[in-house]
Amino acid sequence: MRELKILAVVIFFTLLTYWGVEPFAHSQMHAHVEPVDYTYSDLSGLPKKGDAKKGAETIQMAGCTGCHSIESQGMPAPMDAVSASGSYGVNPPDLSSAGALYDEKFLANLIKNPAHALKVDHKFNESKPFPMPAFYGAGGDLDQEVADIVAYLKSIAPKEMEPKAVFEDACGRCHNMKYDNWTVLGEKPKFDDAVQEAEFNVKLAQYEANLKKYLGTTPPDLSMMIRSKGEEYLMNFIGDPQLLLHGTAMPRVGLTKEKAEEVVTYMEKVGDRKKDERNFLGPLILLYFILFSVVAYLWKKQIWREVH
Amino acid sequence: MAHFEKANSVGEWLDQRLAVNKLMKVMMTEYWIPKNINFLWAMGVVLMTMFTVLLISGIFLLMYYKPDTKLAFDSVNYTIMQEVYFGWLWRHMHAVAASVVFLVIYIHMFTAIYYGSYKRGREMIWISGMLLFVTFSAEAFSGYMLPWGQMSYWAAQVITNLFGGIPFIGDELVIWIRGNFYVADSTLTRFFMLHVLLLPLVIMGIIGLHFYSLRIPHVNNQEGEEIDFDAEAEKYKAGQKKESKVIPFWPVFLSKDLFVMGVFMIFYFYLVFYHYNFAMDPINFDPANPMKTPAHIYPEWYFLWSYEVLRGFFFDVGPIAAMDIGLAAFGIANVIFFLMPVLDRSPVVKPAHKRGPFFIWFWILVVDMIVLTIWGKLPPTGINAWIGFFATIVFLVSLLVALPAITKKEAERAGGAA
Repeated sequence: MRELKILAVVIFFTLLTYWGVEPFAHSQMHAHVEPVDYTYSDLSGLPKKGDAKKGAETIQMAGCTGCHSIESQGMPAPMDAVSASGSYGVNPPDLSSAGALYDEKFLANLIKNPAHALKVDHKFNESKPFPMPAFYGAGGDLDQEVADIVAYLKSIAPKEMEPKAVFEDACGRCHNMKYDNWTVLGEKPKFDDAVQEAEFNVKLAQYEANLKKYLGTTPPDLSMMIRSKGEEYLMNFIGDPQLLLHGTAMPRVGLTKEKAEEVVTYMEKVGDRKKDERNFLGPLILLYFILFSVVAYLWKKQIWREVH
Repeated sequence: MAHFEKANSVGEWLDQRLAVNKLMKVMMTEYWIPKNINFLWAMGVVLMTMFTVLLISGIFLLMYYKPDTKLAFDSVNYTIMQEVYFGWLWRHMHAVAASVVFLVIYIHMFTAIYYGSYKRGREMIWISGMLLFVTFSAEAFSGYMLPWGQMSYWAAQVITNLFGGIPFIGDELVIWIRGNFYVADSTLTRFFMLHVLLLPLVIMGIIGLHFYSLRIPHVNNQEGEEIDFDAEAEKYKAGQKKESKVIPFWPVFLSKDLFVMGVFMIFYFYLVFYHYNFAMDPINFDPANPMKTPAHIYPEWYFLWSYEVLRGFFFDVGPIAAMDIGLAAFGIANVIFFLMPVLDRSPVVKPAHKRGPFFIWFWILVVDMIVLTIWGKLPPTGINAWIGFFATIVFLVSLLVALPAITKKEAERAGGAA
């Protein structure tokens, strides 16, 4: 009985210390933010219903394909990634899967006013314009044309995407993921010889230098981000980077909630690869020590019977 | 040369050459422990278990870790955590044990203070234990640096910088410790050496000393009772096991220890598998970046109380800079517990609840150290700075002034009663 009382005292003070050092201190150091709901409520809605066919024409007329590739529709990129990054700072995205990845309200606003939708207007102004020009219409009703383009992008978008593909399209042009062999230039290939490898590394270094010039900083490798930031933070950060890191160069990418979750899933898969192994082994080892304790207790009882 | 008979068993063969039977008696079956103890006395065995876990998991980590600033982070977070078979398990076991070992050390220390196990012939047990605490601290700190994460780097920066406050030789000392003008590759390699070679050797040596220091004064007990171990042991050996106040280490004492250890291991592996994050600061999963200071720099939880003493004095007093007072207080905090046998001036060895004012003093100290621990992590601004300041004052006054005063009174009363 007395020992249980002592144990209760030990546990109480241990938990008190734990509570103070972990949850309490964290609540004091990190301001609470409301979870990002991915509704993009600060952006205006899509007033018109779009027509995908018309959108296909508009996207050509508006000159989108002057910078963007749509590989799935047989429209290759006009420049290689390194040259494009030299011109724009970052390689413009391929639009094949944009309709699947991004919120349609976000896409419409992005086309009309990219810096505003991306929440990077603190970095760009008239003397330093955002690389993607705003779309002023191809002559008809602007809202209708935007709606058509969005409808077109949605119509060509793949129905299913692997979490890794979502990451590559949405994040992989700025962020490396070296623990999964991903570079901002794509999957790191197998090299036949040292010359090939050196050539690739030069290209990569050039791209990263362009990126740094454009953003002011090199975007971090995301391999360990799941462990340094955690799921909750990442969901909020992807949804609205400015909310958690005011003034950051990272744009709001405009993913739908579902796709953002897939990005986090992928990050967890890379940064915490052994999760399944851990969850499998955990119960077995705990069970072993529970049995160990029971046997030890019975043995102790037997031995101490003689001395008490 | 001694005469050797033909041995009939391996045991006999060994006994003739190494006196293993005698050794077993001295170390185990006739090493006497008071019967009147509770599970808090099992913390020694728990600590030994944790140290073994640290040693073995450390050896496995050592096979893949690279002590180079360019490779260290990835060797831990990729090679060990993702490529090596069960590397993640070794790493989590190592990191969690490193943290939990301090929890047990603190319980062990406060147990000794509560029951007065640091006095009347047991001073060396206490002092060698405190030496272990200090070397464990150095071991933990040097190990914390090795993954070369953000907090590793900045902790090294801050802690090595402290030595700069030492008069006259400070600046040179900092450079000497770092092996460079700033925390760099040379710093990492030497801390690696300290962590895997020198400090573990020292720790093992002091563990030996700590165990040996128990042999003559023997382990204290729940009532602080003075036991005639020889007489009681004779009773036990004569079969009066129930009447004897002592029990042999093996199997009686250890049978209880093993149960306590089993329960502790459930707790430990629960942490390893389901709550390892508490022992690993998330900031340390960002690679070290000398160009970018983390928003908050703080040590691991077990150093927070002394860290708070360091920064508790946040204002200059007359001509003395706040930093210097803090450093002096920090120095005191790190050696003051060594002086427990001297600061406690009463000869009374009894549990705290039978010592009146000492009991109150004990709980004030516990609560104050928890306050220091919590506020050691909080940003030292506004009201937090004042709470830290007062907790520091309470800490210093309770040990330097209150403890000698109340125990002197106690000694007078005890003397008067006799």
